Amino acid sequence: MEIKTIGVAGTLESSDIQIMISKGTNGIQIDLDSEVIKAYGDQIKEVIITTLKKYGVQNAKVKATDKGALDCVIAARTLTAVQRATETSDQPKLEVL
Amino acid sequence: MENKVKRNLPDNLMSEMGLKPFETVDIGNPEVNRVAPKVRVTTGADKVVNSLEEVIKRTVQDGMTISFHHHFRNGDFAFNKVMDLIIKLGYKNLTLAPSSLTGIMNDKVIEAIKKGVITDITSSGMRGSLGDFISHGGLKKPVIFRSHGNRARSIEEGEIKIDVAFLGVPNADPAGNANGQEGDAIFGSLGYALIDAQYANKVVLLTDNIVDYPNTPASIKQTQVDYVVKVDQIGDADKIGSGATRFTKDPKELKIAQMVNQVIVNSPYYKEGFSFQTGSGGAALAVTRYLRQSMINDGITASFALGGITKPTTDLLDEGLVKKVMDVQDFDKGAAASMAKNKDQQEIDASWYADPHNKGAVVNNLDIAILSALQIDTDFNVNVMTGSDGVIRGAIGGHQDAASAKMTIITAPLVRGRNATVVPAVETVVTPGDSIDVLVTERGIAINPKRPDLLAAFSKVTNLNIIDIKELQKMAEQQVGSPKALEYTDNTVALIQYRDGSIIDTIKQVKE
Amino acid sequence: MTYVKNRLRRTMMFVPGNNPSMIKDAGIYGADSIMLDLEDAVSLTEKDAARMLVYNAIKTVDFGGAEIVVRINGQDTPFYDEDVKAMVRAGVDVIRLPKTESAAMIQKLVKDMEVAEEEYGVEKGSIGVMAAIESAKGVLNAPEIATATPLMMGLAVSGEDYTADMHTRRYPDGRELEFARNMVLQAARAADVYAFDTVFSNMNDPEGFYRETNYIYELGYDGKSLVNPRQIEMVNKVFNPTKDEIENAIAVQSAIREAKAKGSGVISMNGKMVDKPVVEKANRVIETAKASSLIDEEGNYIGK
Repeated sequence: MEIKTIGVAGTLESSDIQIMISKGTNGIQIDLDSEVIKAYGDQIKEVIITTLKKYGVQNAKVKATDKGALDCVIAARTLTAVQRATETSDQPKLEVL
Repeated sequence: MENKVKRNLPDNLMSEMGLKPFETVDIGNPEVNRVAPKVRVTTGADKVVNSLEEVIKRTVQDGMTISFHHHFRNGDFAFNKVMDLIIKLGYKNLTLAPSSLTGIMNDKVIEAIKKGVITDITSSGMRGSLGDFISHGGLKKPVIFRSHGNRARSIEEGEIKIDVAFLGVPNADPAGNANGQEGDAIFGSLGYALIDAQYANKVVLLTDNIVDYPNTPASIKQTQVDYVVKVDQIGDADKIGSGATRFTKDPKELKIAQMVNQVIVNSPYYKEGFSFQTGSGGAALAVTRYLRQSMINDGITASFALGGITKPTTDLLDEGLVKKVMDVQDFDKGAAASMAKNKDQQEIDASWYADPHNKGAVVNNLDIAILSALQIDTDFNVNVMTGSDGVIRGAIGGHQDAASAKMTIITAPLVRGRNATVVPAVETVVTPGDSIDVLVTERGIAINPKRPDLLAAFSKVTNLNIIDIKELQKMAEQQVGSPKALEYTDNTVALIQYRDGSIIDTIKQVKE
Repeated sequence: MTYVKNRLRRTMMFVPGNNPSMIKDAGIYGADSIMLDLEDAVSLTEKDAARMLVYNAIKTVDFGGAEIVVRINGQDTPFYDEDVKAMVRAGVDVIRLPKTESAAMIQKLVKDMEVAEEEYGVEKGSIGVMAAIESAKGVLNAPEIATATPLMMGLAVSGEDYTADMHTRRYPDGRELEFARNMVLQAARAADVYAFDTVFSNMNDPEGFYRETNYIYELGYDGKSLVNPRQIEMVNKVFNPTKDEIENAIAVQSAIREAKAKGSGVISMNGKMVDKPVVEKANRVIETAKASSLIDEEGNYIGK
């Protein structure tokens, strides 16, 4: 799946996460900012990576600003962002979630 | 060694400092000796001094213990004025022993530590940059955290020997009679500072408002005071507390508050003449409001309300729903202003409030305490000191003390953001589960199995959602997942004392 | 989750579909139904985000046993098709169609749901529908809308859009809604489906809220749409049966048990025959009383 543009989804409100996805060449690189990075940083990254891989993205740069989002929110925001980045939002791939 | 709440304590530190591990919440009937301060006799004629520097030079020496109070909270100007000069004058190896440390003091404390001016700290708590600094190993010797009642005990028994107390007050007469109730920067009760005034070898008052002799009511008395220093401005009244305490509109806080009120009114303690202590958080204020309505509906009045006091509580006093307010500190302007007007709002010192080694303190007469928690574990142990990242960001305050109440209720949301509040084991034990009776979360109410009487009483009430605390913990984990264990180094950065001075837990330096 | 035709539905709480914090806590307030909103509460640019968020929330969040309703975007929008598919796939309890004006619109929804059910292997008929009546046309066609499908859960009056369509606005006394409220209620009752009143959004006017809620309760509405969790307790207070009603209902139920024990088809109480509407009313009263903790497990009155 080809990333065509910068895709952003989610907000900076409490319990949300903002995901920004852009083109990458070296696998999935995640820059994560989170108040719970020590306790949940690995878990958050894993949800993002799993969602992107299931969607068929192998290379991408991800900037994630987490405000205490639960996994179900992280996955939903990641999928929204990547569908926006691949300009496929009109065909939601819910099976990825 | 491991103590009774299963915390591993560093043996070398324990023996080096002559510390005892926490055993029990039962204080028993030990016989203790109290100490007395050293008094330099004068007629009191020349106490007023215009130069703070001069007073510091006359009173402070290297290696001494100095103290402050935190009644001005973030509107405090006294602490930084004094510390600026102490740093400038190049003092070394001082012990800092304030009643607590507020955010406005943080930068100055860090500077003093870095310059070797301060080498020891005991406090009720610390937050922000200072908590961060200490948690990253900024101070060589561990900070000792004490509750307000324990601080009073430690001072009375000589474990904390204050050489010089610098006490900011909104008024004082030339002889040193002072209170917290009149002036530009009033904070009401002087409760925590009264212990310093009574036991410090030297007492220095700082005020921007010198009034005619004799100044009454004299919370601090001329018999205790060595110097009265005139300063430009002693505090910023707007930052002492929130002006009009706002009633929360957060539906979750309201829901929890309502549940807490249900617990109170269905408890065996809710009857004519009962007593209670609430906090200052959003949910606590809402509890006070719901409780007010229940008391009106049921025709019940309380004999007293205790603790840190807010305007909703002094309103109950004005309405006659509460007969007396036993007031160790005031959290907002409304409560502070009310003290001068209402003789039933009694100023109490920290010893009267909560010292465990006493001939009875007010907390021993308390029926119901409503307290908060950063974390609570399935043994009901409570952490109010470290965040979910293991960094110091809290204060014991009167938490351990008020938990002496006949029924102690912890209120907390099940999760905050992605952090579970109900956990398998708290990062830091501050208040032992043995003194906690009820936990109220938005998803249900847990009763300590050590209180089958309460469980029986509440089980009859169908709209109380009683759940085992282990179930609550599982519900929280289901929502947020299980966190990766935090990593610490072996370096102990703080010791948490229980009320009797025993060690209930330690805080380790966090790993990067 | 599977759609249950008959259940207690006093309170239907609106929750914005793109707000994780509000969705996460929606289940703690004791609402009978939670309506996750993909329509008016979500801006046009966030429709895709809200759809995915709500989809995942339905699958993972603990809503405390509340019925989950999703208000999808209207059939005149480009979001409708994907909304239907996503919500069927998520296994929501009820899909609420906004701006319903005819039976045909509901029948189209049901057909689209059936296609999606087929595609995603969701049991056919396991999801209910409800219609929001928001226009003059919708009000006049309420009877055919209410009977458009056996999956119809209920009708809801939506006051803001309706009053705009009627060239008026909402007034405190609610007279501008009188016809719509009565028409929708009649249609719902005649079709044996539920009827929900519109929202009351001024949180600073509790008196007005009670006035309106009392009024629609007296008319015979089953429940009210809510914008704030704090309104749940207020609605429940209005809908709580009185002690007399509860005791009467308990008497009716014991008369039924007696009749059954005797093998008699005729239920009588105090010498009078008890007919079906009375039995049903008694069941409703007991159910509400239990939900509000006004009676204990054994059925004794414990309210104050």
